[in-house]
Amino acid sequence: MTETAIRIENITRDFDTVRAVDGLSLEVPPGIIFGLLGPNGAGKTTIIYLLLGLLEPTSGRAEVLNFDTQTQADEVRARCGALLEHPGLYEQMSAEDNLEFYGRIWRMPASKRQARIKELLTHMGVWERRKERVGTWSKGMKQRLALARAMIHRPPLIFLDEPTAGLDVVSAVMVRDDLEALAAREGVTVFLTTHNMAEAERLCSQVAVIREGKLMAIGHPDELRAQAGGPRLEIIGRGFDDNVLNLLRAHVDVAAAEVENERLTIDLREGVDAAPIVSLVVSAGIQVEEVHRGRPSLEEVFLTLMEEER
Amino acid sequence: MIADILTVMWKERKGLLRSGGSRIRGVLGFLIPMVMLGIYLPLQIGRALVEGPWSLLASVFIPMMLAGMMIPESFAGERERHTLETLLASRLPDRAILFGKVVVAVGYAWGITLMLLLVSLVMVNITHWDGRVLFYTPIMVLANVALSLLFASLVAGLGVLISLRAATVQEAQQNLMTATLFPLVLLQIVPLLLLNVVPNGKALLRKLVAAANPTQIILVVIASLVVLDLALFVAAMARFKRARLIVD
Repeated sequence: MTETAIRIENITRDFDTVRAVDGLSLEVPPGIIFGLLGPNGAGKTTIIYLLLGLLEPTSGRAEVLNFDTQTQADEVRARCGALLEHPGLYEQMSAEDNLEFYGRIWRMPASKRQARIKELLTHMGVWERRKERVGTWSKGMKQRLALARAMIHRPPLIFLDEPTAGLDVVSAVMVRDDLEALAAREGVTVFLTTHNMAEAERLCSQVAVIREGKLMAIGHPDELRAQAGGPRLEIIGRGFDDNVLNLLRAHVDVAAAEVENERLTIDLREGVDAAPIVSLVVSAGIQVEEVHRGRPSLEEVFLTLMEEER
Repeated sequence: MIADILTVMWKERKGLLRSGGSRIRGVLGFLIPMVMLGIYLPLQIGRALVEGPWSLLASVFIPMMLAGMMIPESFAGERERHTLETLLASRLPDRAILFGKVVVAVGYAWGITLMLLLVSLVMVNITHWDGRVLFYTPIMVLANVALSLLFASLVAGLGVLISLRAATVQEAQQNLMTATLFPLVLLQIVPLLLLNVVPNGKALLRKLVAAANPTQIILVVIASLVVLDLALFVAAMARFKRARLIVD
């Protein structure tokens, strides 16, 4: 196993007058699910194309599994799997034939190929439907098959470009479950792009946020949430009024307090114990029904980062 | 490289059998020209189909038509159906993808044409039997075999270049049809115009036809097509590069 699965050094890519990637540098350790977060047009797909050696950078360089993406692009592609923006399945062919084709591309021996196809389709629960034309399958099923195709040759690294985009909730959950299970079982490094924060929060052990091709933040989702603010207390109840809010805002341990729809949100200062604050709220006559302690969500962190540079 | 080409050919062959998404349509696509040109035409034209130059028309137009349908499906179709990016992200070399697709299209067009010629030959012998087996002359065999291969290759090379610039299969097929039929139409119109413009044109034409050596003409056409086909394939190889395909 290499020390870094992906190393990007100050990479820039221009398309005519548009700068899609702007001096991006980051490293991805092996064996993790890494999430690249960004809004539409942030340069996520371009970065995947650069890492697969399908595009050449305008400046800078990148290494994937210790191979240079420009001079050793064939080596990179020989060792990676990819599920790009579109599933890229041959809809007139059966599910089995789609996997068979890519198994042949990766020169898997026939017996191993057949066994792997059976393993993946059984894992998906569609072994009995393997002879059906893919064109008759639902979008979610196709995406799961495309994920299986990306992993057919047991690559040490796979690139997934917004794998759950456009899927209904149930299908998206199934794709995520497949991905999580396969990645854990096979120890594969996953480079995932998404603008779904909940997905990134659930799957990724490290995330990078980009905007207009620039790196805005990188780290574990918890680290990013911690950077965005201290602990947060959410109290659901009845009887909130301005007096309670003024009382809280004047408290030394409280950074901010807001009420919306019988939901009181209190941003606490770092290292503060929440119990005295809850007691204060109760003693102020509020009928407390629920109390939650947490940190700002990754979505809030993301939105803050998107706003910062504007 | 050979293994990679065979892999692409395997996939193309699967796609061919499932033309339009159905195996029945794939079989019909093969049977219809077989019945029309391999059975109906021999019944209509009779012995002249074998004794005259009629079979050359089949050797030119059938491979052009078949390759002209398949190549845009294979190249522009991959782009239109968004399967090209995934294929390019695999370990397959550019040339394996190109050659695998072209070999299947040319092989199919050539094979079907030769099969049609054979079926029509059998049909003529059965329906117009006069006590001896009728067969093409050696030069016609050479012309039919070589021209059908070379015209299929010509359309394939041209089709690759056109398909890589087209957004859809339909656009590629229309442009390819225009590009292949226009020179053939010109070849018919220009001599007719010249006949009317050049003094004693008809007499001159009769003289030229009388002096022409069919074998020489066929060999010159074959040699010209070989050069043209090679030039088109070199251009297609230069054009079929990952970095360009992704950006386009």
